[in-house]
Amino acid sequence: MEYPQAVPLKYGINPEVCLKLTKDKCGTCEEVCPANAIDYTQTQETITLDAGAIIFSPGFKPFDPSKFDNYQYVNYPNVITSMEFERILSASGPTMGHVTTFPKLPAKPKKKKDKLLAKKRKSPKRIAWFQCVGSRDMNKCDNPYCSSVCCMYAVKEAVIAKEHAGGDLDCSIFFMDMRTPGKEFEKYYQNAKDKHGINFIRSKVHSVTEDLDTHDLQIRYVDELGQIVTEVYDMIVLSVGLEITPETKELADKLGIEMTANGFCKTDSFEPVATSRDGIYVSGVFNNPKDIPESVLDASAAASAAGDALSEVRDTMTKQVATIPETNVVGERPNIGVFICDCGSNIKGVVDCAHVTEYAKSLPYVTFADENMYACSQDAQDKMVEQIKEKKLNRIVLAACTPKTHEPLFQETLKNAGLNKYLFEMTNIRNHNSWVHKNNPELATQKAKDLVRMAVAKAALAEPLKEEKIDVNASVMVVGGGLAGLTAAKSLATQGYDTHIIEKKDQLGGEALKLFKTAQGEDVGEKVAELIGAIEANEKITVHTDTTLEKVEGFVGNFKSLLKTGDKTCELEHGVAVLATGAKSSEPTEYGFGQDDRIITALGLDKRLKENDTQLDAINSAVFIQCVGSRETDRPYCSRVCCTHSVDNAILLKTRKPSMDVFILYRDIRTYGERELLYKEARELGVIFIRYEVDKKPVVVIEKDKIKISLNDHVLNQPVTLETDLLTLAAAIVPRKDEKLANFFKVPLNDEGFFIEKHAKLGPAEFATAGVFVAGAGHYPKPVNEAITQGRAAASRAATLLSKKDNLFTSGTIANVNVEKCSTCGVCISICPYSAPRFITEGRFEGKADINAVLCKGCGLCVASCRSGALHLRGFDTNQIFSQIFALGEVV
Amino acid sequence: MNFKKTGSVVVIGGGISGMLSALDLANSGFYVYLVEKGPSIGGVMSQLDKTFPTNDCAM
Repeated sequence: MEYPQAVPLKYGINPEVCLKLTKDKCGTCEEVCPANAIDYTQTQETITLDAGAIIFSPGFKPFDPSKFDNYQYVNYPNVITSMEFERILSASGPTMGHVTTFPKLPAKPKKKKDKLLAKKRKSPKRIAWFQCVGSRDMNKCDNPYCSSVCCMYAVKEAVIAKEHAGGDLDCSIFFMDMRTPGKEFEKYYQNAKDKHGINFIRSKVHSVTEDLDTHDLQIRYVDELGQIVTEVYDMIVLSVGLEITPETKELADKLGIEMTANGFCKTDSFEPVATSRDGIYVSGVFNNPKDIPESVLDASAAASAAGDALSEVRDTMTKQVATIPETNVVGERPNIGVFICDCGSNIKGVVDCAHVTEYAKSLPYVTFADENMYACSQDAQDKMVEQIKEKKLNRIVLAACTPKTHEPLFQETLKNAGLNKYLFEMTNIRNHNSWVHKNNPELATQKAKDLVRMAVAKAALAEPLKEEKIDVNASVMVVGGGLAGLTAAKSLATQGYDTHIIEKKDQLGGEALKLFKTAQGEDVGEKVAELIGAIEANEKITVHTDTTLEKVEGFVGNFKSLLKTGDKTCELEHGVAVLATGAKSSEPTEYGFGQDDRIITALGLDKRLKENDTQLDAINSAVFIQCVGSRETDRPYCSRVCCTHSVDNAILLKTRKPSMDVFILYRDIRTYGERELLYKEARELGVIFIRYEVDKKPVVVIEKDKIKISLNDHVLNQPVTLETDLLTLAAAIVPRKDEKLANFFKVPLNDEGFFIEKHAKLGPAEFATAGVFVAGAGHYPKPVNEAITQGRAAASRAATLLSKKDNLFTSGTIANVNVEKCSTCGVCISICPYSAPRFITEGRFEGKADINAVLCKGCGLCVASCRSGALHLRGFDTNQIFSQIFALGEVV
Repeated sequence: MNFKKTGSVVVIGGGISGMLSALDLANSGFYVYLVEKGPSIGGVMSQLDKTFPTNDCAM
């Protein structure tokens, strides 16, 4: 068994070390196992599966730095990998989440040598991270690509190590380029620097030596001014890259799919999850190095590709899940079970969980309380089901993390134990408590007790609730006819759903129409035209160009939108919506943009390349300036696409006319993944890269025959002046910030105006609003292949709803009316934003209010507005809220 | 195509990506075989402590 939350949580026998299997001795486990689960006769079997498609997501192995003799990973006990450091930070790791030196030793060493070393264990005062170990390196290993994730994980590890140590820790990250081009990443990086005081040192460390006695580590590096610096650290973390294993390559060969020179899957920018073999799709790191949200998008995109191929045989192989009958608890005395989660050290590190558990036992109606290291692990869940059944618990309180991510999981557990899922109350003693009151464990424990007491008071009054069935209108509205929107529409139409594309311009294609080539060299215009052709030929798709959205009503499964085309309006009924409104290039306000024809944006250069402008051949010197309007105080994010775009265009210019001098002025080159190969190619072709600092930007002077650009050269550390005929500005990508649209669907925008997805990691193609999905640059700037992946991912997520026709249900937490008390005033009807209340038009209660369960969102506005006290919110009834408030006021 | 299609999909690899592909497909009407080499699913993500940028627990 690998770790406590493993799924399935079952022990296995390692056949290589088992004495019984290797030497036919021992056999103790068979004797002691009370379940008679040990069977030595089991052998490897070959199973043949019939399948319509294959999704290949074999993942990666962290790079093994053993062969790097300059870092001495094998010999020095305090040089570790980032993956090992990740385990050290984890509460379920070998050091229970405490950062100490000599972490590779066993917790209780047995060997004499280890015991001596263990005595030298201390809390480190200085930790250094070395970036690009096993990435961007052709010297010590053969991995020329960037692993994409190491910069961010190193920043995260440093921030969390500092949090664990409580400020008394010095963290330094040695890097070449800081690559934080993901959504919200740049802010995290800047915060790490400014708020957490993490040092960022731009240098590749040459060597590490060890003090023989203390095992402290001395490093030598050259700083940015060219000086050799020697420093001593307690620990060094090697930020190892991602690598495809030989086994994966072998399997890929067997599957007959093509790979790149680095062992990643070869894919097309316009079909980013399709392998070279029909019917086999790819996702995750094998489809180029990527982080979790992108792997999640790949996962859904691959599912959509497989769904497209197999749509006519949908529902032919699936089986029905047996449902457990619900126990009727109405009228029973509350019998509350309280479960306290340690969340590893996340909660337990601050709150005295054992004490809170004991306290919970003393609360009214509580007959059982238990503490779990991770309540969300499968064994804890199984145990919970047993405990509910055994102790006949009929209300459950869980004090743990956030219900936003974990409530559905525990409600499922209740269902498995035969309880109605609304007999559950979750209180957040992590985000609202242990995280924010880290410095005051005593008061945090007190607050946890208060929160548990309040939750118990509310749970005692919980009643089982019923969910109403929703009919799903199996049609789709896609807002935005750019690449992401078109991709989503094409996939959903292929899967048989009527799809409408709303585009405000007079033609489809969006910003992609302005692009020349992708990073992989595909002609964008040609491919977009192909896609538009396929859209127009698909009879399931209706395209509405020159059309705006005027009004949206309804909810998941049953939206009603008002479209306006010219003077005409029409109403569209649809079950789901995909928002793919994109982003655009900003208009630079510096470097003389707009004052001279020779100063253009990246899209301006694409236009000239597309038109094959022969004037480009007359140019002797071209300069690119990066980060124009990005990564600055008023626009703190990185626009993600510009580095690759400029490098790519620099290569195009240089190949077009090799004698041309091409310069790229940059802050960090962020050619992540295999895009790094373009950066390498550009350097090999002689493109010159000069780095500038944001506070010492290049100065542009426009003269008649030349444009002059002055800046400080980072290698010479001296001012230089470049003369050029063409200055291309990598202008920031800005969102459309469509607040009207966001309001229509009640979806949030972030500070910059990009849509905020449901979950940064696990819900990147959907909104918290059910039935509304997001794709493309409206979510965050992204290149062609990523926009298409997200378009597909949004389609896949939408298909999970559309294909469910018969088993989509409302929430049980909705308003209901006590008709006896209703005074027919109509305030609830006028106040409800979802049009859920209405007057009963006939029968005994004619004129009284009634709630349409399908429309009600459970917001509680009507409840608060009802002067007669006739309205109640199920699951949040007035008596429940009051009991919670009174419980808070109780003196303990 | 002349041959009959099968309404099931094999997903190779039980990491975060494989698991979510499997879930999406199963939730949209396909039978899924999730194949994993190791003794448990979860992949590398389950070994991580917290995830950036929200510092949510990776489990």
